[in-house]
Amino acid sequence: MTSVVRPFIPATAKRLMPNRWDLVAFPLIIGFLMFATTGIEGTWAPISALQTEPISLDPSNLPEYALRTTLRMLAAMAASIVFTLVYGTLAAKSRRAEKLLVPILDILQSVPVLGYISFTVTFFLALFPGRVLGAEFAAIFAIFTSQAWNMTFSFYQSMRTVPNDLKEVSVNLRLSGWQKFWKLEVPFAMPGMIWNMMMSMSGGWFFVVASEAITVGDKTVTLPGVGSYLAMAIDHKDMGAVGWVILVMVAVILIYDQFLFRPLVAWADKFRLEDTMSQAAPESWVLNLIQRTRFIQQLLRPFGKLMKTLARLRLNISMPQYIHTEAHTTVSRAIDVVWGVFMAGLCAFIVWRLFSFITTEVHLLEALRVVGLGFITLIRVTLLIAIASVIWVPLGVYIGLRPALAEKVQPLAQFLAAFPANLLFPVFVIFIVHFKLDPDIWLSPLIVLGTQWYILFNVVAGASAFPNDFREAATNFRIRGWQWWRQVMLPGIFPYYITGAITASGGAWNASIVSEMVSWGNDKLVAHGLGSYIAQTTAAGDFPKILLGITVMSVFVVLFNRLLWRPLYAIAENKLRLN
Amino acid sequence: MTIDNTTLRQEIFSLKHVDKGFRKGGEEDVQVLDDVNLTLLEGEIVGLLGRSGSGKSTLLRIIAGLIQASSGEVNYFGKPLTGPAEGVAMVFQTFALFPWLTVLQNVEAGLEALGVPPDERRKRALAAIDLIGLDGFENAYPREMSGGMRQRVGFARGLVVNPTLLLMDEPFSALDVLTAETLRTDLLDLWNTRQLPIKSVLIVTHNIEEAVFMCDRIMVLSSNPGRVVAEIKVPFPHPRNRLDPAFRKMVDDIYALMTRRRSADTLNKVQLEVGSPLTEVSTNLMAGLMEALAAPPYNGRADMPEIAGKLLLEVDDLFPVAEILEHLGFAELKDGDILLTAAGKQFADVGTQERKVLFAEHLLRNVPLAARIRRVLQERPGQRAPRLRFEQELEDYLSDSAAEETLDTVINWGRYAEIFSYNDHTETFSMEDVEGAL
Repeated sequence: MTSVVRPFIPATAKRLMPNRWDLVAFPLIIGFLMFATTGIEGTWAPISALQTEPISLDPSNLPEYALRTTLRMLAAMAASIVFTLVYGTLAAKSRRAEKLLVPILDILQSVPVLGYISFTVTFFLALFPGRVLGAEFAAIFAIFTSQAWNMTFSFYQSMRTVPNDLKEVSVNLRLSGWQKFWKLEVPFAMPGMIWNMMMSMSGGWFFVVASEAITVGDKTVTLPGVGSYLAMAIDHKDMGAVGWVILVMVAVILIYDQFLFRPLVAWADKFRLEDTMSQAAPESWVLNLIQRTRFIQQLLRPFGKLMKTLARLRLNISMPQYIHTEAHTTVSRAIDVVWGVFMAGLCAFIVWRLFSFITTEVHLLEALRVVGLGFITLIRVTLLIAIASVIWVPLGVYIGLRPALAEKVQPLAQFLAAFPANLLFPVFVIFIVHFKLDPDIWLSPLIVLGTQWYILFNVVAGASAFPNDFREAATNFRIRGWQWWRQVMLPGIFPYYITGAITASGGAWNASIVSEMVSWGNDKLVAHGLGSYIAQTTAAGDFPKILLGITVMSVFVVLFNRLLWRPLYAIAENKLRLN
Repeated sequence: MTIDNTTLRQEIFSLKHVDKGFRKGGEEDVQVLDDVNLTLLEGEIVGLLGRSGSGKSTLLRIIAGLIQASSGEVNYFGKPLTGPAEGVAMVFQTFALFPWLTVLQNVEAGLEALGVPPDERRKRALAAIDLIGLDGFENAYPREMSGGMRQRVGFARGLVVNPTLLLMDEPFSALDVLTAETLRTDLLDLWNTRQLPIKSVLIVTHNIEEAVFMCDRIMVLSSNPGRVVAEIKVPFPHPRNRLDPAFRKMVDDIYALMTRRRSADTLNKVQLEVGSPLTEVSTNLMAGLMEALAAPPYNGRADMPEIAGKLLLEVDDLFPVAEILEHLGFAELKDGDILLTAAGKQFADVGTQERKVLFAEHLLRNVPLAARIRRVLQERPGQRAPRLRFEQELEDYLSDSAAEETLDTVINWGRYAEIFSYNDHTETFSMEDVEGAL
């Protein structure tokens, strides 16, 4: 049950794509946010505090809250899957759609999820005025935005890399597009997608906790759930309640892992393409139980039958096909040009509107100040990822080279990565308040509290996978000390480390929004930075400033990825590949 | 190279009564080496010849100081060996070149570890690269090179540190036939013209011809556990001619020795038991070998080395098939020859369905484990049984991995013979879709 999960390279890190399309995608997204809010602000009734059920700090309510939180997670996951299948397919099958959809996706995953939660809350509340449903949708949407992008990327990539012979077989068997989708493309994409679902899920707990209790200006949304319970506990300075909520979360994550993800991963193992058996096939006792119990099998049979019948339908959803005739190419080229001009025009329009929106509402000096705050957060993220690396890389190597130890540590690291670190924030805050420490320094560790584990478990995975022959060669030639790290081990784990560090830094930017401004009862700690700027403007409901904050942070994240992680990843891919 | 009075030559390594067992999951040891004695002298190439499971690579790693013997003495120049010794360099089957270092950096790595100053490092590395025929490739990365060139880098890296002893772990088995032969002759040329500083070479191989072609002395190891069963001196001068009748004779003799040895091992002739380990051999390979044997020029009897060469099978591939055919009663092994039995000839002649019936009959009669599984299924009301039931039974006799391989093997044969069916997902045996024949 404790088999080490094989690391997939996260879909988001793998891709290389034309940069100029980012220039289109970026304004489109920001522009959409802007229009959504300016439209909504009109319908925003000034003083209508949302009536939601009050949260009780009685621990006996926690199981119910946990259930509701979990349901939100599930709903978001379902939405993510549907989105993935549709969006990923469109992007993979249509050349024109691809040019736009892929960069949009790329930017979307750089936009801090907690940044635009204020917009989505406003939007959904306006959509369902006076109903809890709107708030539920907003929370689910926030989780969705934290989950969907990398799943979609993974699916899109799988669709693009279906081996040619399998494609030819499906043509040869005259499968319709719909049949091919379910018989070939989805199964082929399954292992990567499930791995990304797991990563998404473990990131999701963080956001569900953060999005259940949200204040945007004069609107406060509190949805019954673990996150709201935590917010309440913080308000009331109830350390006992914080303890309870941590305990419950541990249980929930463990149950989720054992009952949903282990079975899924074990089941999806059959979709792996290689014919060779892997060293350790993933195992799940729950899956074994289901597969061996006739009763459950009988229960599931009708469902399976329905799915099979659906997949067998000859539905012909016609996707743009490229038939290469002379006439077609000229027409097609003309459409390309029109499409390009249209996109450029739209883009220019939005940039202009965006610029005027921000400049009329926000002073230029303010913008410069925000960029400055961005640099502070940038330093914070870089420094803490560096510190985490210095700690976890040697430890991860030590653990990874000892298989028995790695087998024990790996599930723990994965669990810690899934555990929403924001539940632990109060512990740190109390400490900082008590010793009157400088929040600019001492709040910093919080931004890697949850995401550092990605570095650990990727390094462990890398060291475990390090070929034994290399180790023997190093020993045989008596390579030791710093030479061993420099020439043998560090290059060997580098691709894994980069994978972990990319995930960790992406998480850190997001976490900065909740960790640069924290509170404990009436004690409020604020560190300078872009995260706290977004948090404060959100609390104040100052939309132009929120928009400015998000834009700047997105630009920082995109540049950070482009200028640092992608080149490093390319090195890892090209130079440090084993074999 | 063949000096008769071996006592005059310096002893480099000596192993006395070396045992090695591996602890598997807290259970009792799996014995890999049993009472191995071996001496390496100056000026000779020694071969460790054995099939998989003979512990020959383990023995090599004990000499390299990479693993420790469970008991016994390991002496290097008369002193007990503790850890990797200076002057022992190794060449790997998988080359084990660091892909992120260039050829030059790979070759220099060992010198850097010895604390050789940069200038000298470079000079020596370039010299080694030249010697091994790699000039011009100094700045290439291993992945840009073919397997043969990579192994040359492996040799250069080993030679540059001026080792006393060069250890080679199946250095040619990952290469194609032609490349391997070129590398062998190049290496032998360097050795025979004394251009190499090394005093002795130990080469691990499962290729009988390679051993006879290269070595001055061959130690033949038995399998499970590994024991030295013969020590053969190879008197032929270099360069050796593979087609020389004396050369062929020695290859034949070693084949005979390695098969005879096995029959003597299992005293009760070739009778299998429920707990006997089975090696994974596909039914296709069995059928293919029987067909080849039945057809001219063999007409039912073939010289093992000859048919191995003809079918491009290595010893490690041929022996298991031959043995299984013997167990199943389709063939006999005698003096390095393989003979088809009447049943074997019949199998080769008939069509697919008849083959299956014949195979099923022999499988149930000669492989007790197959018969056991079938009987258990027939006795059970639902005619189903979990894999675990048999795996646990096998684990009384075998290590975990051997039990698993044995069961997988029987599953494949049983599926082909249609004596039971098996669902890999639920890990259960059943009699579903099995016609009640037999």
